[in-house]
Amino acid sequence: MKFTDEQLERYSRHIILQNVGVTGQEKIMNGKVLIIGAGGLGAPAALYLAAAGVGTIGIVDGDVVDRTNLQRQVIHFTPDLNKPKVESAKEKMEAINPDVKVVTYKELVFANNIEGIIKDYDFIVDGTDNFPAKFLINDACVFNKKPFSHGGILRFDGQTMTYVPGEACYRCVFNSPPPKDAVPTCSQAGVLGAIAGMLGTIQAAEVLKFFIGEGELLTNRLLVFDALNMTFRTAPVKKNPNCPICGDNPTVTELVDAEQAMCDLRSRM
Amino acid sequence: MEFKIEKAIDLEGVVCPLNLVKVKVALEEIASGELLEVILDEGDAILNVPRSLKEEGHKVLKVVPLDRTFKVVIEKK
Repeated sequence: MKFTDEQLERYSRHIILQNVGVTGQEKIMNGKVLIIGAGGLGAPAALYLAAAGVGTIGIVDGDVVDRTNLQRQVIHFTPDLNKPKVESAKEKMEAINPDVKVVTYKELVFANNIEGIIKDYDFIVDGTDNFPAKFLINDACVFNKKPFSHGGILRFDGQTMTYVPGEACYRCVFNSPPPKDAVPTCSQAGVLGAIAGMLGTIQAAEVLKFFIGEGELLTNRLLVFDALNMTFRTAPVKKNPNCPICGDNPTVTELVDAEQAMCDLRSRM
Repeated sequence: MEFKIEKAIDLEGVVCPLNLVKVKVALEEIASGELLEVILDEGDAILNVPRSLKEEGHKVLKVVPLDRTFKVVIEKK
């Protein structure tokens, strides 16, 4: 790949890193990442990955920008209210870096469409806000051997782990979705805006490390932080022989749509 | 002793860290053990670029002061 002088300037702080260099930046620029959810986690992930020059960034979201999003979903601006989130996100990513090809999917992921969407990508970022989607992403990535970053935030807490084929998956740790309505969604429970940025940028860093092939990913480790006390810890996790999808006797053998917990935004309509 | 220079680049007037970026790009275009000749400005450029390259494992074989620049010969690791 031949860099233009503009690209050498734009990516100079990457290229001078010994662990990135010219070849690492080329790998980033050849990378294809899919971000599912253009919300609190997807916003910072999309911005940093666009800025980093990831070649193709797909972004999936069926919603439009709502005023309640603006406290944390920093890719959406006040004038974007009522605009499809994927369009709003695409405009900002292209404004940051015209090198990046952004592909939008104005839809939600379900069992019947997720495999078609993820198939063209090297890495998937879970930026969703509900358990059915998180389990669906895990299952689709396990079946299709796609690495992905799990991320979840609530109140002042965040957690993330990175799946690569053959290593511990989300279900190895969290067997199955919690009962409907047992867990509040973000719109019911509140979240400190800045922790969305903390977690989404960790996910973006994992994507970049995956592409350049340096360092240690959060595989077989669950990173948990509590921003109220500002403590971080990583808990080792293992591939689980009783895992319902990647264990010795799998019971999950096809993709299914778990029932969506009723969210107060929907019940309001 | 004469060196067989594989590639030469003139980075006079190119400031840090872009000069390092350009050296790294040029090093990508030669093979391990081959030599790159670089012209670097006095000051920050000559103080920093050879040091960074040594940290990455390349060898700085020769530094020749010129008028207001330096000629540096680097062996790619």
